[in-house]
Amino acid sequence: MNQLEVNNVSVSHAQGLQRNTVVHNVDLSVQAGECFGLVGPSGCGKSSLLWVLAGLNPYWEGDISLFGQPLESGKVFTGELRRRVQMVFQDPYASLHPKHRLRRTLAEPLKLLGLQDIDDRLSEGFKQVGLAENMIDRYPHQLSGGQRQRVAIIRALLLEPKLLLLDEPTSALDMSVQAEILNLLNDLKASRDLTMIMVSHDPDVIDYMCDHAVTMKAGRIDQEKYYR
Amino acid sequence: MTNNTSLVDVRGLRIGLDDGTELVKGIDFSMGHERVALVGESGSGKSLTARSLMGLLADSLVVEADHFQLLGHPVLSYRQSQWNRLRGQQVSMVLQDPKYALNPTQNIGRQVAEPLVLHQSMSSKARLEKVEYMLDAVGLANPAKLRKMYPHQLSGGMGQRVMLAIALINDPQLLIADEPTSALDHAVRDQVLALIHSLVEERNMGLLLISHDLQQVADYCERVMVMYQGILIDHLPAEALPNATHPYTQTLWSCRPNITKRGQPLPTLDRQHLETLK
Repeated sequence: MNQLEVNNVSVSHAQGLQRNTVVHNVDLSVQAGECFGLVGPSGCGKSSLLWVLAGLNPYWEGDISLFGQPLESGKVFTGELRRRVQMVFQDPYASLHPKHRLRRTLAEPLKLLGLQDIDDRLSEGFKQVGLAENMIDRYPHQLSGGQRQRVAIIRALLLEPKLLLLDEPTSALDMSVQAEILNLLNDLKASRDLTMIMVSHDPDVIDYMCDHAVTMKAGRIDQEKYYR
Repeated sequence: MTNNTSLVDVRGLRIGLDDGTELVKGIDFSMGHERVALVGESGSGKSLTARSLMGLLADSLVVEADHFQLLGHPVLSYRQSQWNRLRGQQVSMVLQDPKYALNPTQNIGRQVAEPLVLHQSMSSKARLEKVEYMLDAVGLANPAKLRKMYPHQLSGGMGQRVMLAIALINDPQLLIADEPTSALDHAVRDQVLALIHSLVEERNMGLLLISHDLQQVADYCERVMVMYQGILIDHLPAEALPNATHPYTQTLWSCRPNITKRGQPLPTLDRQHLETLK
């Protein structure tokens, strides 16, 4: 089954009273369990497209269906859908609340969902990404960039998503730390049956990680590539 | 030819906090008119080392060395006014992110001309000509229009070229580039590095290139120095990198992903083993 179908979708950003269209008539399909890549230079619209799929940008036109369910333009994600799609952002320094301990940041969505045994889930998550459990009561500034990106990955995975969106997850990191994070993502994909959509400007990362990728150029799809 | 003179000669360089924590733990190196890469992970002390060569370390840091000569000057005891004569004239630096390193409130022409105003006396007409010549030399089209623009109107690659123009306008002997490409797009990175390489080659300058991506800098440098936790742990010519013997250098060399490594885990650092090697 296709997890995601995108047909003839254009994405725009509000600029004052006008709309600036940055993605033009794009078609995509992503299958379950696949790692799908979006590559291209900065400003080609790859992140704009990803933000629509995360429900963070309501200004789009066309047809999108997610897990077989059609989305409506201009509407925010609600209920189950909100939980099933999670995102890891580019900059691990900016994506965790600087004044909250990690435990508070990570527990917040779980409390909201009324889940039990939150502490067990958190320590299980820390084990999975290879962090020491005693780090859970630290503040984000007490972690290195790679550790912080691992925490951002735990945050997304705690909600048990079906679709994980990765917006340049390693471009703010050192080459040696990038290798550790990419290995971690590959392990998680194998053990959890996740579908991932990964945005990167580094074609080597996409070549290494993805089963299927498209190259974007000036808001349109330029090339499509299958690795299997 | 000035090829044999030493630009930098440092022995026993230690940089620490005033509470006694050592961040750079006694390193020795020297370089002449050649291209040298300084490679390591974040926190390894490579940027501190580079900043000490520009006299730009924070006041809270303590710098000590057994011997510290920059272009023959004993700069360790230099006051700011003495540094000011050297910096931007004989030694200059390119920083990581043009978004933060350029002044957002001044146009490009004024920022590129600033080193000329500070270090040389020339007529404003000659200065203007030199600025436009320099913008052209770093591969920017239409310099006359560009010098009236502001940093936010430029892309990252263009901003980095402007920074390079500022650094090179006084024809310095040594250029320090601190991660000049890590804020840039993949496609633009090679262009900027190739540009730095050709300009440095043309002017017969020394280049100290700092990076965390060993494979990328290897093409543009003759020698590579590898730092880990404040120590220079390895030092080798760039051609010898594929056959590096030190496990840290080996991992840094091979951890870059590519299509041939699909399906197999990437090599990562065995930090416990590295502790035992120190």
